[in-house]
Amino acid sequence: MALSKRHPAALFAVLAVALGTTGAAYAAVSAQTTPKAVVLSETQVEQGKQLFLTGCSSCHGLAAQGGSDGPSLLGVGAAAVDFQVGTGRMPLAAPGVQAMPSMPSYNAEETAALAAFIATLGVGPAIPTQEMLDTSDAELALGGELFRTNCAQCHGAAGTGGALSQGRVAPNLMNSDAKYLYEAMVSGPQSMPLFSNQTLTEQDKKDIIAYVEELQKNISPGGATLGRLGPVTEGLFLFIAGLGVLIVAAVWIGAKSK
Amino acid sequence: MSTTEESIMAPEHASAQGKGGSVAYFIDDRLASANFTKRLLDKVFPDHWSFMLGEIALYSFIVLLLSGTYLTLWFNPSMTEVIYNGSYVPLKGVKMSEAFSSTLTISFDVRGGLLIRQIHHWAALFFVAAVSVHLLRVFFTGAFRKPREINWVIGTLLLVLALLEGFSGYSLPDDLLSGTGLRIAQGIIQAIPLVGTYVSMFLFGGEFPGTSIMPRLYSIHILLIPGILLALITVHLIMVFYQKHTQFPGPGRTESNVVGFRLFPIYMAKAGGFFFVVFGITVLIAAFVTINPIWLYGPYTPSQVTAGSQPDWYIGFLDGAVRLMPNLETSLLGHTISWNIIVPALVVPGIMFTALGLYPWIEAWATGDKREHHLLDRPRNAPTRTGLGVMALTFYMILQVAGGNDVIAAAFNLSINSMTWTFRFLLFALPPVAFVITKRICLGLQRRDNDKLLHGYETGRVLRLPSGEFLEIHEPIGEVERAKILAKPDVIPMELPASVDANGVRNPKAAKSVMRAKLSQWFYSDVIPTPTDEELQEAANHAQHELHAAQSHIKEIASH
Repeated sequence: MALSKRHPAALFAVLAVALGTTGAAYAAVSAQTTPKAVVLSETQVEQGKQLFLTGCSSCHGLAAQGGSDGPSLLGVGAAAVDFQVGTGRMPLAAPGVQAMPSMPSYNAEETAALAAFIATLGVGPAIPTQEMLDTSDAELALGGELFRTNCAQCHGAAGTGGALSQGRVAPNLMNSDAKYLYEAMVSGPQSMPLFSNQTLTEQDKKDIIAYVEELQKNISPGGATLGRLGPVTEGLFLFIAGLGVLIVAAVWIGAKSK
Repeated sequence: MSTTEESIMAPEHASAQGKGGSVAYFIDDRLASANFTKRLLDKVFPDHWSFMLGEIALYSFIVLLLSGTYLTLWFNPSMTEVIYNGSYVPLKGVKMSEAFSSTLTISFDVRGGLLIRQIHHWAALFFVAAVSVHLLRVFFTGAFRKPREINWVIGTLLLVLALLEGFSGYSLPDDLLSGTGLRIAQGIIQAIPLVGTYVSMFLFGGEFPGTSIMPRLYSIHILLIPGILLALITVHLIMVFYQKHTQFPGPGRTESNVVGFRLFPIYMAKAGGFFFVVFGITVLIAAFVTINPIWLYGPYTPSQVTAGSQPDWYIGFLDGAVRLMPNLETSLLGHTISWNIIVPALVVPGIMFTALGLYPWIEAWATGDKREHHLLDRPRNAPTRTGLGVMALTFYMILQVAGGNDVIAAAFNLSINSMTWTFRFLLFALPPVAFVITKRICLGLQRRDNDKLLHGYETGRVLRLPSGEFLEIHEPIGEVERAKILAKPDVIPMELPASVDANGVRNPKAAKSVMRAKLSQWFYSDVIPTPTDEELQEAANHAQHELHAAQSHIKEIASH
């Protein structure tokens, strides 16, 4: 056999390396940055009102009373505004089944101003303070129990998200800020139920956030996680990588006899 | 009383013959079993990579036995509630069953425990996958035909048992995912008409989940089903030995011989080597890829459920069937009949596995072919069977994909509701389409084969004649390929019986026979006959002539 003849597996090896490098490079470049929280200030109310009239009132109404295109914002509180605007869900990019997170349209200062304005319209949950998000005294295991009882049926036990009906989704929580986790719980955005302090106490919320932050560390003693999506990706991996390799081996052993 | 004298000495050896000789002597000196051992070691096996798919299943099973035994040393199948105090911090202080807690111990506190657990779980997925792919190979090559129908039925039983074994193992750690699966299994049992509730109460020793199910599943998982599996695998292999392995058509291969290598030394080396390949790849995957991270799912509590609750892949088709079934229930005399469960979880798999097990007889009945077959069919040469197989596989695949509908919906931003309706529609529309397309592809390949026989293969050398005409040089195909193509079996559809006999008396069995004959003709419809010897000769002459003409043209061009 000629020495220059390439090994049959060489093509696959080159492909695997090329795809792997491209994927890793893309993942590194597309890593998202999360906006920093800013302190609310009452003097921003007027600025917030102007921003609201310009950017939000066409759907939510001039007095934020709501209409056919958007819900009333009376009493939703600063937390809801900070969550929706801060994660780029609002202003809505396009009408759809659900507002999806994207690049925020307002900077931190403007978001704070909008939140301050909406907070003056009615009593609602406020943006959590640093102390409310401090998980140093949280109980991790209890947080896990609370997470599995209250959150896992939609977001999955590993917090990787899941499908709801009619194309709605419970988002993946692996890149969510503690502040937004808290705000989501107190404001109940989109299809999510609202977890008031009567349902989950502030300490409970802290425990849950601690558990999600533990999950976010993505510690995997067993090796590659396959996206933590459960048996579906495990089965897919088995057939493509596992059985595929074994069949290639079988063909190799079978072919060597000639 | 007379006594009979028996020699305790092994018979004298004649001379060492064959490659199995020295090994056979060693055993023969002790067991006087030279004859049997030699026959065993000299057994000839035909060579083809697809014959090794069953071996993957066998080797995975051995890996399962070894790794499973290790796990039994620490696993405690008890539903007694304990408070976890092991080294996995996020679950410290959580109430759980001893089954779950001991699985955590295996994963985090036993040396090599997590690796062995992952080996065991991956090997289980491998096992069922290899069994399934092996089944497909046997089906599509017609290896199940007479005289191997009984082994086909044993294979079907092995598949069903593998599913049960896998599911019982999946349920043992008592994590949130497996508990949810067990709850669904209990729902399916309850849906059995009349006796469902009683069977459920009997199995679970009371209401779900109770405290009896884990120890019971454990006995079933480590003793009962593996025992039956082992016994059936042994019978399965002995029958392959006894009936001899089938082979693909080729030069010198007939219905009455087996062409290949002897078990010793070639196949011993190949099979032994392949065992280590299977074992090695399983261990590599287990070392680098997580499977079933139970610590993320947490202990099972009936009040909890996680999004993306799926069974292991081999139960996926059942889950998919349940997900696709419309919500139908009827109330009869105060009893609820849950069609939404009975149909997808009991009727559909019942029909699937019954049809699978009986297929050799169904085909023999439909074709009227009662001959013995030791030469395999190339799938293209049995277009109707291949079409039916792909049709069934399409049906199965749609159910399988539907079983992961929520994960697919979340990953690709699709609506579960529209996916469900699409799959419901495709479940009935796609299999017939797959049948027709597959059959046409098979027939096309047969025509291609005939074309190769008659006109040779295209060499890719294009010749331009002085007249300006282009022609591609064809050359005759090799001996191996020629024998392979020529081995296509003749098919004889049954003839339609006369509705009245010679005396004008009506044949009472005619109606049934007509139906059967029509079925046979349908099965063998679109026959593409292999070229006759005359046609082959004529084509060969023609090709020779063409080649000569081309060569003389080349000479002519060269001389100018």
